Amino acid sequence: MPRWRMPTCASAALAAAGLLLSGCANPSVGSANDDPTKPVTLKFWHGWATPGEVKAVNDSIDRFEKLHPNITVKATGNVSDETINQALRAGGDKAPDVVSSFTTNNVGQYCDSGMWVDLDPFMKKTGLDKHKTFPKTLLDYTSYRGNQCALPLLADAFGMYYNKDAFDEAGIERPPRTMSEFEKAAKKLTVRSGKGSYKRVGFMPNFRFYQNSPDRLFAQWGPEYFDADGDSRLADEPSTYKFFKTATRLADAQGGFDDLERFRMTFGDEMSSQNAFLTQKVAMHLDGEWRGLMLKDAKAEFNWDVAPLPVPDDQADTYGRGFITGTVAGIAHSSKHQNAAWELVRFLTADTKQVVNFANAIHNVPSTFAALKSPDLDADPTFRTFFDILENKHSKALPPSVNGGAYVVSLGDFAYGVEAGRVSDLRKGLKKLDEQIDADTLQSKS
Amino acid sequence: MAMSLSDPARRRLRTLGFLSPWLVGFSVFFAYPLIATVYFSFMHYNQIKEPTFVGLRNWTYVFEQMPLFGPALRNTLWLVVIMVAVRVVFGLSLGLLITKIKTGAGFFRTAFYIPYLAPPVAATVAFVFLLNPGSGPVNEILGSIGISGPNWFNDPDTAKPSLVLLSLWGIGDLMVIFMAALLDVPKEQYEAAELDGAGPWAKFRYVTWPSITPIVMFAVVTGVVQTMQYYTQALVAGKVASGVNIGPGSVIQPGYPDHSTLTVPQLVYQMGFQNFNTGAACVLSLVLFAIAMAVTMLLMRKRSGLLAAED
Repeated sequence: MPRWRMPTCASAALAAAGLLLSGCANPSVGSANDDPTKPVTLKFWHGWATPGEVKAVNDSIDRFEKLHPNITVKATGNVSDETINQALRAGGDKAPDVVSSFTTNNVGQYCDSGMWVDLDPFMKKTGLDKHKTFPKTLLDYTSYRGNQCALPLLADAFGMYYNKDAFDEAGIERPPRTMSEFEKAAKKLTVRSGKGSYKRVGFMPNFRFYQNSPDRLFAQWGPEYFDADGDSRLADEPSTYKFFKTATRLADAQGGFDDLERFRMTFGDEMSSQNAFLTQKVAMHLDGEWRGLMLKDAKAEFNWDVAPLPVPDDQADTYGRGFITGTVAGIAHSSKHQNAAWELVRFLTADTKQVVNFANAIHNVPSTFAALKSPDLDADPTFRTFFDILENKHSKALPPSVNGGAYVVSLGDFAYGVEAGRVSDLRKGLKKLDEQIDADTLQSKS
Repeated sequence: MAMSLSDPARRRLRTLGFLSPWLVGFSVFFAYPLIATVYFSFMHYNQIKEPTFVGLRNWTYVFEQMPLFGPALRNTLWLVVIMVAVRVVFGLSLGLLITKIKTGAGFFRTAFYIPYLAPPVAATVAFVFLLNPGSGPVNEILGSIGISGPNWFNDPDTAKPSLVLLSLWGIGDLMVIFMAALLDVPKEQYEAAELDGAGPWAKFRYVTWPSITPIVMFAVVTGVVQTMQYYTQALVAGKVASGVNIGPGSVIQPGYPDHSTLTVPQLVYQMGFQNFNTGAACVLSLVLFAIAMAVTMLLMRKRSGLLAAED
């Protein structure tokens, strides 16, 4: 090949590859030009999987289809965020129109990337005032920098389940309200069975235990994760140190991290009949409102009750607070039936009767003001405890971020190191963690 | 007027015609993905919005700001060296033993091959259950004879060796390849060696080994390439052993415990399909590709050296 041809061919090949690649890098785009009164079939993907939950979703869809005879909804359950993420990026006819997620962690990513469309224009078009419909905390975790790309579809509040029989046995009269009471109660309730083993622990503080990811217990301190510029400030947040100290003290009071970790390994699956609280291996248990229904369905062989999780001693007046998260729903950017999809999202998230029925059926906390006040709502006091946690002004949700829950994953990873005693200098470790979170955030920005 | 092609041109066209299926496969499944990976390694691309050029930002991010890159690379290389070596030695030893067995050979061949047929996820879940330090039968048996069993997949020191054990359980593929190679060694060479007074070791050293060297090389090269892509077992073992299950939308860092089972392919997946950080995922893929290429080329050169020595 003559010398001049080599660079020419190479340039042509690279240019062609570049054009081809940029063409491939443009997933399908949807539209909001559809008429929502015309016949249409919508695809709705959600994460609910147990028979009772799936039935509740299908009942909701039946109610919706009766109100909108022109819209048929094809629901697919047990879908993870990962699957939704990939399907929406791939686009095409099989991608869903309406999507829901069990976590609020990824909302920032959904809004920032444009994967879920901004719902404000739809609300404006159909006269839905979001501020009058949804509590502020819930609106905050469903939006990112002014883009309301999701709406709350029931909420989850976290509190403390406790074994009343174990409390009676240990002579504890009421659930602990402060962290020092919590530590004492945990110690009293712990029953060992030989060296290194347990019959029961008071409270399992280890962060890998079921719902115990560090952000949930940390919410009791009401931390601020980011400063006004969006930079991570965990090292500057005084409560971070108190939180880790308390978690370590809780573990030490019951025999130390290693013994507890070894005991944790004997626990069955969280969602099975071998759940450690259900099998009475744990006396106090951090969990969401759905656990109550599960305990009743499983006919727990002991008396149990629910209370808010304790708060730090110096913030005793905030008792009643808890960690808030929830299921969120939105419209896929690739949907070509966005107006019809909005009808479904509006029905599922803002129709009071629907929200109440669905909340009663799957035992999740309703996410609208009207539904929370509805007389039709399940009157079970253990369930209602979580409504109070949701409405408590000190309750906290995780702030959305551009890269989804990447900072929560990093915090979790760091917390595993702290509880295992591998972090010798907490301040230095937290500084490094802040740098890491900031680097990850920057990397995800356009 | 009909166009006529000269002989060399016709020959070239014919050659290209015969080569075209391979060329298509090569372009679609190798050249295009490789070019795409290089291209996206210089782009910010979240798989939704148009890619934007960011220069070397993805590269500096991976090499300077990603703390998990070091452990993931070290783990991957550890697995490449240890797992491949142990698998080859074990597979060859098993092949040698089974070819020597006179009675019940069929039973043993089947028994050792069957685990290989188990789907990797199921096999890994079963293994994690067997080796559960708190309730697993292996430690219970060890405990009954007074031995305090290790924490297996729950201890950073024993998690990777546990993965090696798991890979030995599914050694059936290598065993079959080695058996075929061992049965191919001409019998008369053994007879000649015996006449010369060779013992078992000498027979292995001077007859068996030179005959099976190409197969050993094949096992090593394919083993290296496979282990560079090691993903499923490490991910499943880490997730199951950690017991963490905080809901369908939540993501946990792979590599439990303490990143000891984190491999580069897991990071690639996490970056590319969980964080949608395509640029960083492409950089990681290219690093892995470069290492795999270098190791494979080194081994291939070694192999040609060995074969030349045989000649």
